[in-house]
Amino acid sequence: MDLMFYIVSAVITIAVVMGVVLLHVAYITYFERKILGDMQDRMGPMEVGYHGLLQPIADGLKLFFKEDIIPSGANKIIFTAAPILVLVPALIGFAVIPFGRDSLTIGPFTFNPIITDINIGILYILAFASLGAYGVLLGGWASNSKYALLGGLRSAAQVISYELPLGLALVGPILLSESLSMVKMTEAQSGGALKWFILVQPIPFFIYVISAIAETNRLPFDLPEAESELVAGFFTEYSGMRFAFFFLAEYANMILTSCIATVVFLGGWHAPHPALEFIPPILWFLAKVYCFLFFYIWIRATLPRLRFDQLMGFCWKILLPVGLANILITSIVVYWLRS
Amino acid sequence: MAQILFFYFGGMTVLSAIVAVATPHLIYSALSLLVTFIHIAGLYILLHAEFIAAIQIIIYAGAILVLYLFVLMLFHSKQEPRYLHRQLPVGIFLGLVLLGMMVLAAFRSEILGQIGTMNDKLGHTKAIGMALYTDFVFPFEMASLILLVAMFGAILLAGRTVRRKSDGSA
Repeated sequence: MDLMFYIVSAVITIAVVMGVVLLHVAYITYFERKILGDMQDRMGPMEVGYHGLLQPIADGLKLFFKEDIIPSGANKIIFTAAPILVLVPALIGFAVIPFGRDSLTIGPFTFNPIITDINIGILYILAFASLGAYGVLLGGWASNSKYALLGGLRSAAQVISYELPLGLALVGPILLSESLSMVKMTEAQSGGALKWFILVQPIPFFIYVISAIAETNRLPFDLPEAESELVAGFFTEYSGMRFAFFFLAEYANMILTSCIATVVFLGGWHAPHPALEFIPPILWFLAKVYCFLFFYIWIRATLPRLRFDQLMGFCWKILLPVGLANILITSIVVYWLRS
Repeated sequence: MAQILFFYFGGMTVLSAIVAVATPHLIYSALSLLVTFIHIAGLYILLHAEFIAAIQIIIYAGAILVLYLFVLMLFHSKQEPRYLHRQLPVGIFLGLVLLGMMVLAAFRSEILGQIGTMNDKLGHTKAIGMALYTDFVFPFEMASLILLVAMFGAILLAGRTVRRKSDGSA
């Protein structure tokens, strides 16, 4: 009987997390259009609902009812599977993110603010993030179009390259917290903003933010879909629901990388000062995540796109050596402090 | 439960490995190899080797196989079968040799029942780190040296064409 209650509450937790994440994904597109509009001195979406608040729902419905086109000469199986291969790794990472502190008990059911705490949490996210490249690569190949193929190849090269500095940037906080579990990493940063890893590890934080923007194919690193040269990159031939899947995956990845940055560098759900702990932890978590999301959009509105060789050179010649040097220094200091 | 999962992961590993070798389509072959890698990671998780499982997916599925796919995507589809058939005798020979070695190893040694120095209290990741950097530090460093040499070789081979091109244009 206990097992049944456990399974039911786990299923409900998963459903709630997925629902909330997808809702945020939908509304991130709205915030992006509003913030971009504000930065460019225009209104953004205004027509659907109060100040355009229902715009994401209208967009979703439109994409859902659009005609599903598969180009002739495309490999049908891989063409249909590719959007799913992109979306699933983006959503599955949310399973190990601790959103808050307190679990909620209603009758026999206990709901935790995290789907599951596994002892390799952060590696689990990295493992599934590295699988996201397949969908992009295969989507580009299966479209039977040169722009899509070139976009796919570019994206795969970019994602594989920037995975390295991203992983290296996370090693510093892992060394400091002595754990790979997201919950233990959050706990290691309790006791106010001075304990957050961003203060001890500022350089990895910057490496992480830059690589995360590159990993999610956002401006100024959106070369896989550079409009002026590749039409729309790997999803040139996609339309309707499948196009929406790629779109959802990009925004879900943005939220996921923001959640990781919050947990690893900004103390997760901890308040910046013990006196502010009366505000629920989950609100602190949301506020920090939205700071990152705002930064993503701000960067998009500000910076021009990089050239491809600049992008690769920056990753291999600057980010990677700096990341390695940081690991060396951090591990020496940690060893020296502990012995 | 663990037994059912073992048979699922093991069966899928073997099945997808066979598909990877048997299919004439190069992309399908690479994709079924991806399925093999993921199911091997599942087997590692059943053995409580979570760290190895994550590394298996990050390195083999996330990096190496993507690079394979990268090359395979640029192949011309009509040249594939001819190219594959030329390698068939060599492939069968090497496969038989490997199989023979594995059978010999399985019957000669006691790999299956050996108890190592792994300590459950440390946690799996910590135990691997301890073992790698204390007992096995020499083989570990040797492996990284071999990889470094391979990396130099790759850079040298790739760099040579660039130099020749710039000579020709000058």
